[in-house]
Amino acid sequence: MTEFFHMGGYAAFVWPSFGITAAIMIAIVIDSWRGFVRERDTLDKLQSQRTKRKPS
Amino acid sequence: MVSLHKFANPARFVRMSSALLPWMVGMSAVLITVGLYLGLFVAPPDYQQGESMRIIFVHVPSAWMSMFIYSGMAIASATGLIWKHPVADLLAKASAPVGAGFTFATLASGSLWGQPMWGTWWVWDARLTSYLILFFLYIGYMALWEAFDDPQRAGKAAAILALVGAVNVPIIKFSVDWWNTLHQPASVMKMDGPAIDSSMLVPLLIMALGFTAFYGAVVIVRTQREIMARKVRTLRMAQVQA
Amino acid sequence: MNRFFSLVRRDVALAFRQGSASTMVVMFFILTVTLFPLGVGPEANILQRISSGVLWVAAMLASMLSLDRLFQADFEDGSLDLLTLGSLPLEVTVLAKCLAHWLTTGLPLIIIAPLLGVLLHLETSGYVTLLISMLLGTPTLSLIGAIGAALTVGVRRGGVLLSLLVIPLYIPILIFGVGSIDAAIGGLTERPHLFVLGAMLLGSVALCPWAAAAALKLNLE
Repeated sequence: MTEFFHMGGYAAFVWPSFGITAAIMIAIVIDSWRGFVRERDTLDKLQSQRTKRKPS
Repeated sequence: MVSLHKFANPARFVRMSSALLPWMVGMSAVLITVGLYLGLFVAPPDYQQGESMRIIFVHVPSAWMSMFIYSGMAIASATGLIWKHPVADLLAKASAPVGAGFTFATLASGSLWGQPMWGTWWVWDARLTSYLILFFLYIGYMALWEAFDDPQRAGKAAAILALVGAVNVPIIKFSVDWWNTLHQPASVMKMDGPAIDSSMLVPLLIMALGFTAFYGAVVIVRTQREIMARKVRTLRMAQVQA
Repeated sequence: MNRFFSLVRRDVALAFRQGSASTMVVMFFILTVTLFPLGVGPEANILQRISSGVLWVAAMLASMLSLDRLFQADFEDGSLDLLTLGSLPLEVTVLAKCLAHWLTTGLPLIIIAPLLGVLLHLETSGYVTLLISMLLGTPTLSLIGAIGAALTVGVRRGGVLLSLLVIPLYIPILIFGVGSIDAAIGGLTERPHLFVLGAMLLGSVALCPWAAAAALKLNLE
């Protein structure tokens, strides 16, 4: 197992490149999801205000 | 609600893409896991580059995605300009940060690959240079979106820029290749090395498919977010006017 | 055709009236080039090696400097609206403006470039190619720049954004402009480079006014 993580002496290059790619992809997912939730919540709030106002 | 008909089309997009989303998420998770397993455990080390060759399994798929997403943005922009498809501009906008992220990943992993292969963190290699310029194109596209207050106008301007960029990408690629052959340093090891063996090609393709599914899933979420943002904007405007 | 040239004449006259834009551009060019010997040192062989690149990069930046005014002034005082209503298609108007921009910035740069070449110890065999490459290349800079200027015409602080948009698109011209001079100095044939520069010029004459006009239209809506 240590041998696997050692990557034939190239660990310092192999793992960071996998790590950076993974970090970027995870960051994209988090950013996308957060933005989605934020817009959904504001939209819900606005629409509920609308329906409340309608009967009057 | 005068602008209700505008949402007819986006509503269909939301419905269809929501149905597609779980499949995309599942596919990307499965394919990336399998690709990583094959790439890290099954594929033998390269006889020249040793284990450092494994960087290829994130570097090359990222590079493919960078180009793929830019082409997708150009196609979406053309659709938006010609047929005034309301979702197309948003799709292009939603794609740009993902493409920029993959381009950055390409540059970072390329740099980390260059250190053991070339003995330096950065080489003005034709491919790395092209991707650096592609990264600038993504940044410019996103900056132009941000520069306008009116999203309709921003979308059109960004679409024109994306098309101009798409016409230029092959020219830039060609000129950078030309430039590189003129200034080629004496001993540069080619990144792709000799012919690719199938033990490498299979995980590479699986990773690329996984990344594509990842892009699909993310772009669905981001486009829906843009659609909602536009709805919020219309509702706010209606509120102000009421 | 007459209207086309009267538009060019008007823009050139305006450029000279407004505190002489050409002088500023040429001064910027000279100052930028002066910075390089101060930055990298006065050794003649180093300067000679980088002279073609420095001249082209500086010329490119100088020509970009005045781009944000290409449509801005006409946009602000409303004459751009008049120009779109006129009988001339907007694409042709854009082409006229590009020609005027080139006459007031590109051409002065070309005239001054050989002089700066002397300061940078550019080899004698490179001067003719320097002139030809700039004659073919700088109009393309104005044309591509017009797209960026049209896209950012209504934008606050459009100048910085403009350079962000335009510089990546300028790279092919830089590569082939410098490449032609280096080829001539190195005793190789500079012709392929110049042909590519010419092809890029023709391509941008055909495509850039069209894209810039589309961008202007959306900003005028």
